[in-house]
Amino acid sequence: MATTTTALPKAPASNASPQPAERRRPRLAPSWFLVSPSVVLLLLWMLVPLAMTLYFSLVRYNLLYPGEKDFVGLENFHYFLTDAGFIPGMTNTLILVGSVLLISVVLGVLISALLEAADFAGRGIVRVLLISPFFIMPTVSALVWKNLIYHPVSGILAAVWKFFGTQPVDWLAQHPLASIVIIVSWQWLPFAILILMTAMQSLDQEQKEAARLDGAGPIAIFWHLTLPHLARPIAVVVMIETIFLLSVFAEIFTTTSGGPGYASTNLAYLIYNQALLQFDVGMASAGGLIAVVIANIAAIILVRMLGKNLTEKY
Amino acid sequence: MLTLKQSRRLNTLVVGLFAWAVALLLFFPIFWMLLTSLKTEIDAFATPPQFIFTPTLENYLHIQDRSGYFKYAWNSVTISFGATALGMLIAIPAAYSMAFCETKRTKGTLLWMLSTKMLPPVGVLVPIYLLAKQFGLLDSRAVLIIIYTLINLPILVWMIYTYFKDIPRDILEAARMDGATLLQEMLRVLLPISKGGLASTMLLSLILCWNEAFWSLNLTSSNAAPLTALIASYSSPEGLFWAKLSAVSTLACAPILIFGWISQKQLVRGLSFGAVK
Repeated sequence: MATTTTALPKAPASNASPQPAERRRPRLAPSWFLVSPSVVLLLLWMLVPLAMTLYFSLVRYNLLYPGEKDFVGLENFHYFLTDAGFIPGMTNTLILVGSVLLISVVLGVLISALLEAADFAGRGIVRVLLISPFFIMPTVSALVWKNLIYHPVSGILAAVWKFFGTQPVDWLAQHPLASIVIIVSWQWLPFAILILMTAMQSLDQEQKEAARLDGAGPIAIFWHLTLPHLARPIAVVVMIETIFLLSVFAEIFTTTSGGPGYASTNLAYLIYNQALLQFDVGMASAGGLIAVVIANIAAIILVRMLGKNLTEKY
Repeated sequence: MLTLKQSRRLNTLVVGLFAWAVALLLFFPIFWMLLTSLKTEIDAFATPPQFIFTPTLENYLHIQDRSGYFKYAWNSVTISFGATALGMLIAIPAAYSMAFCETKRTKGTLLWMLSTKMLPPVGVLVPIYLLAKQFGLLDSRAVLIIIYTLINLPILVWMIYTYFKDIPRDILEAARMDGATLLQEMLRVLLPISKGGLASTMLLSLILCWNEAFWSLNLTSSNAAPLTALIASYSSPEGLFWAKLSAVSTLACAPILIFGWISQKQLVRGLSFGAVK
């Protein structure tokens, strides 16, 4: 009784005696004002800085010479595109994204298939060990690899090389990009394993058993049953990883600082270097816009390829 | 000739050994970091690397004097929890209306939100840096809270949306019939049902904020610097204190690692935008 008396006055007049037809219809009124904070904030987050980047990219603006803000047209773009770092930055970005994607998807599929192949002792622990690197913060993984593993004197790899009687390698100096690819793959392979492993567990076991009884070998089962089942999760892995890999920064910042020369500079690091180390706001903004364009091209390609995979379920 | 049972057992053994080898290899850097954190600086730098040594807790005991650890840890905690709370506050209503008051535009809005994640942070680094400078927010926790809220918002909305989608509408409609207002419906009916889902969404948000290292490195220097920035400061050539670095790193990563282990199943859903459950 108490509840009805308190609840009744609060009930809106229109709801007091709803028509049966209205009752089933979803409540439309609150919809827009509940969504709008998110939409407005995200719109502001996108549009305001992007508009500013666009403006800065068209003026000569260096923080070292504050007064000057002349309109220079596309000069900044010209300088950025002909900068000695642009071509290496661009290639390094593509190599980094491409190789980490390849490594994490291929190894991710193989490792999660291995985990599903048999119910061996300690499978739960193995799973936990495998996904752990994903939760390590980027600056920690970069420094652990740089100091404890790659270090040419006291690193683990130096010890292994010496054990086999060969000269230890100064990994970050001699193969900077490959070394960074390995660090970043180490962080993102567990992500692929995590997603693919979960997806594989939802594969129908009866179907697999039926195929086995029909005489299909493990490779045939993997190729014709498991892989098609994984199409959607692989699409998800590629999409999410691309978003993050296009802007790898901390791993380069803490290991090689983009060097030697431009050997391990990607676009993100190049722009950071222009903006916060050389204070050239104009040129950094031009670079920023180019990075946005590249990300959008990647996004369009990915959404074409995979976007359907994400929404068709709902 | 092996019997079928024997060959199955052999198969399990081979697969198990192989899987354990791969897992130990991938986990090795983390294990090695933990081991190094228990060494003296001399042992940590020894050639060849020492597997057997006298362990010491010295690096942990003096962590505060040597690196001011707690200031950075506190920054990490306040920034992560602040951004998570703010993000949930904005994302829950949005997810609610998208899940229960679906319109023609809902799918488009969801995809658009996802697409904002495609905007590379370097594309807006300059204006955000200058805006923060203009408003005196450079090196403040507030600026990181705002940015983390915004960059994680699409993920939070998506994740909560997929959890809300699983709730039968009838329950909410029954509450509405009983005269519950919108706020009552959310607080008394929806939140208790989706506790688990919301908790794992918060966990994912905490993990992402805790480990974020682009904005924290670019927008903070000392006052508001979180753990990611403290650890990056060890990258300078004079920072050859491997044992101390390892101790700081272990402490910084341990809580997130444990969070991750506990919630791996739920995280898959969030990280894949609900596409893999």
